[in-house]
Amino acid sequence: MGQITLQGVQKSFGPVHIIKGADLDIADGSFVVFVGPSGCGKTTLLRLIAGLEDVTGGAILIDGRNVVDVPPAKRGLSMVFQSYALYPHMSVRGNIAFGLKMAGIAKDEINRKVEAAAATLNLTPYLDRKPRELSGGQRQRVAIGRAIVREPKAFLFDEPLSNLDAALRVQMRLEVTRLQKQLGTTAIYVTHDQVEAMTMADKIVVLNGGKIEQYGSPLELYEKPANLFVAGFIGSPKMNFVTGELAKQQGATTIGVRPEHLKVERDGQGGWHGTVSVAEHLGSDTFLYVDAGPQGMLTARYIGELDLHPGDKVSLIPDPARIHRFDDSGKSIHA
Amino acid sequence: MATQQTQLLARTLLTPAVALLFIWMIVPLALTIYFATLHYNLLDPGSESFVGLENFRYFLTDPAFLASLQNTLVLVGSVLAITIILGVPLALLLDQQVVGLSIVRLMVIAPFFVMPTVSALVWKNLLMHPVSGLFAWIAHLFGLPAIDWFNDAPLFAVILIISWQWLPFATLILLTALQSLDEEQKEAAEMDGASAISTFIYITLPHLARPITVVILIETIFLLTVFAEIFVTTGGGPGLQTTNIAFLIYSQALIQYDVGSASAGGLVAVVLANIVAFFLVRIVGRNLEA
Repeated sequence: MGQITLQGVQKSFGPVHIIKGADLDIADGSFVVFVGPSGCGKTTLLRLIAGLEDVTGGAILIDGRNVVDVPPAKRGLSMVFQSYALYPHMSVRGNIAFGLKMAGIAKDEINRKVEAAAATLNLTPYLDRKPRELSGGQRQRVAIGRAIVREPKAFLFDEPLSNLDAALRVQMRLEVTRLQKQLGTTAIYVTHDQVEAMTMADKIVVLNGGKIEQYGSPLELYEKPANLFVAGFIGSPKMNFVTGELAKQQGATTIGVRPEHLKVERDGQGGWHGTVSVAEHLGSDTFLYVDAGPQGMLTARYIGELDLHPGDKVSLIPDPARIHRFDDSGKSIHA
Repeated sequence: MATQQTQLLARTLLTPAVALLFIWMIVPLALTIYFATLHYNLLDPGSESFVGLENFRYFLTDPAFLASLQNTLVLVGSVLAITIILGVPLALLLDQQVVGLSIVRLMVIAPFFVMPTVSALVWKNLLMHPVSGLFAWIAHLFGLPAIDWFNDAPLFAVILIISWQWLPFATLILLTALQSLDEEQKEAAEMDGASAISTFIYITLPHLARPITVVILIETIFLLTVFAEIFVTTGGGPGLQTTNIAFLIYSQALIQYDVGSASAGGLVAVVLANIVAFFLVRIVGRNLEA
């Protein structure tokens, strides 16, 4: 079991309010990703749940029990740190076994569990190596091994993939997701990378300035962003925002259209006219950065190759069903 | 530095410095070896004559030699033990966030900047003096007899003084090492359920292995040649109780005016220092490997 509930959790460092009241319900077995820009408080929120920081106010419930006064080790959670935080003088075996050893578990059982964890993570050949003799990905797996061997109620991941190169990151992303599904343990995962968030999460928490902006499944966030911030943060390339007369016609202060929902037509009629300023040809996609005069710079995404070059005139036709409308305060307007 | 020209240039430019250092080392060494083979007494000028290894035989069979060798080793070992055993907890304390910490740190470091002669004098006359010293006064407060440190426990008194001087050094090195300990490692240990003591034993102490090695190596180099503290406080006495190798050589040369024997002693000291260094590097040096 690993159901985690936050009730009005607050955290201040002196006069600085980092977390301004967070309410959240994390169901047992779900994979929840905290995502947000640097300094939004996502790591702090994770550390509050872990018990590495004390809450200033509110309650954290794990399986219905308030744990704000419970020391980290007694909360039954385990954490994978950004720097991995492996113990450098211990072998892989020692690293994975440390938590069990501290819990005073019998030697045979420790060995059995360590070996099982190592097998799950393909670490068996490396059990007697020191962390410095391992590659980045292997270290990462040792850190995960240290977390799973304790059979926690939930895993806490603090940007665990940010030190890996791009190819390895994609691979580890898959491994972590698969492992979590296989173990069925609740996981909370902090990242600033919205691609990681979208691909791994059952549910995403978008944080900004210490507040939860939206909590929902990846596609919910993509299709029905609650406000301008979420709309701009989720999705790559970013959503285009247009203000002024065009927005007023739609009864909104700002309207947003995702690049993939702009139809590109060469010298076409209707829509928004502009000049291509940069064209990025990826083969699978073509990204166009279009100077659209009064509407400002717009980004358009075309699936497949489109033979357009800087200076070409295009018109961009937004998909009317996919236009997001936002009011004065940035909140979404739902028809 | 790949091409031959740059290698040649580098060697040419380094030559004067290397040559100077070499001369600086080789001239005194050659002279010492030369003097060590002479009968050369300052009280008997003009009588210098070649005596072969006679000076070495004289120095090594002198009962004072074994006594002073033992004193040297006891002194080095004790000071190392005291500075490290006290230095680790002190460094741990100084690593905490406390108000006024910068001043406390400065005060802790201060003894290291006091000249050895000065600190020895202060200890001898203000602290350990059996009549007017602070320790005697404290002993009187408790109705105890004053300890005459330099008569009753002379070597221990010298060890205390030198430990007081070197404790800041050990503390400082260990403190900087503690500050480089990854905070996330401590947090990981906390998440793993390690108590403060377990964290210290399994995380902090292994992390300190390398700086402790550095402290041992550097302190040994300097402690083998301690002289000023002994000269100022006990003059090697009573008897030979606080005479170490360095002081013995001094007394051969400038108390007995026997330059030949002192030179032989100097060479013996060089060999001894190398033996100690060899074993030290064998025992603790592997901690330095990355």
